Amino acid sequence: MSNKPKIKVLISVIGLDGHFTGAEIVSRFLMDSGMEVVYLGIYQTPEMIVNAAIQESVDIIGISSHASNYEQIGILMDLIKKSGLNDVPVMCGGSIPEQHARALKDMGVSKIFLPQSTSQSIINYITSTVKR
Amino acid sequence: MVNSIVKKIVNGDVRIAAKLIRDIDDRVPGTREVLKALHRHTGKAYIIGITGSPGVGKSTIVNQMVRGLRTNGKTVGVLAVDPTSPFSGGAILGDRIRMQGHSLDEGVFIRSLATRGQFGGLTQSTRSAIDVLDAMGKDYIIVETVGVGQDEVDIARNAHTTVIIVVPGMGDHIQAIKAGIFEVGDIFVINKSDRPEAEKTLADLKAMINISDKKFTKEGWEPPILMAEAIGGRGIVELLDEIEKHRKSRKALSRDSMISHKRALARFDLTAMIKSRLVEEALNHITNSLDFKKYLDWVIDGTKDPYSACDELLAAKLNFNGDMKS
Repeated sequence: MSNKPKIKVLISVIGLDGHFTGAEIVSRFLMDSGMEVVYLGIYQTPEMIVNAAIQESVDIIGISSHASNYEQIGILMDLIKKSGLNDVPVMCGGSIPEQHARALKDMGVSKIFLPQSTSQSIINYITSTVKR
Repeated sequence: MVNSIVKKIVNGDVRIAAKLIRDIDDRVPGTREVLKALHRHTGKAYIIGITGSPGVGKSTIVNQMVRGLRTNGKTVGVLAVDPTSPFSGGAILGDRIRMQGHSLDEGVFIRSLATRGQFGGLTQSTRSAIDVLDAMGKDYIIVETVGVGQDEVDIARNAHTTVIIVVPGMGDHIQAIKAGIFEVGDIFVINKSDRPEAEKTLADLKAMINISDKKFTKEGWEPPILMAEAIGGRGIVELLDEIEKHRKSRKALSRDSMISHKRALARFDLTAMIKSRLVEEALNHITNSLDFKKYLDWVIDGTKDPYSACDELLAAKLNFNGDMKS
């Protein structure tokens, strides 16, 4: 059990968004599926998220968004490119309107999980995206 | 390849260092060669172990200590260990939440680690991660442990100063664990000391240290007990002062006791490393074999008792013969 490489996920809420319940539920079921989750909590800036992703050497980043601060996600995507973290996909989840979801995809977000996404669909996406 | 990784880490490359710690954790082949080459660049950092039960405020204290050390111009590495679920093998690593003030500081490297498996994994990969941060040139490395179990004692031996955090109102708890991690404490901190019963906890700790003075007074160092309210930063300056005093007291040791100290540590370190590799390799060798599956079936259907199955497997796979001492 301890020998196998484990998928390491960073979960964070971004900007002035205090809705942590979704992020914590996701963290919990990812742990229950055998992943290691670095949970950053709320009020994280794009810089804080990128620094943590580098120091923790994570495989994938998950951003929980319930407060329409999509600009922050855009800044995050730019920063990720600038920092050479292109091999770390970013997924977003939350109450994201369709036109914003499309914009996020254009910014390079690899996957959007809308409300009513199942936990299994998120787990499946991570395991199929991260090669470990 | 190995040389270029080593060179980058010694020059402080955060990404390469982070990647190496990941590879250590995942047991990526070849990582050991890097660690071998990296080892001669270690030995400069001062290592502080922070331990105590879950919820006593370890991460909050570490956060404040980092602030204090940074104010003094020191660079800091933090290794924060959280428990792995014994059921799923997953983990939630949440210690960074309490250390967010330092997330943009280039002089601070924070890394979360999960305890992972049962092969002394915490001790071995944390130990190697300490080497990586040491080679990066961090002045101080703070190791925050999960707060339960034998691993705490092990990590204390890797630290130069071990700080044990307690909170008021856990008198019974103190009784319960005093034969374990309390014996390795160089400094005690009563955190959340604005709470009732802080004085009682202080008296309990004092009594414990005084009663067993041989155990606790190591080479002329009597562990101080400090009061703190880490969330407001109270007691942290005093804690850092005591750590410096402890550091100086270690330097002031006689040559003989320094040598025997060093030898004891090296012995522990090497033994722990051998034990970890031995158990892991031997266990894999046995449990991955076809025989293991066969014996397992026999134990399940009652053809063999587990004692015989164990002895016969060890005899067949590792040449263990004769009576096993039980």
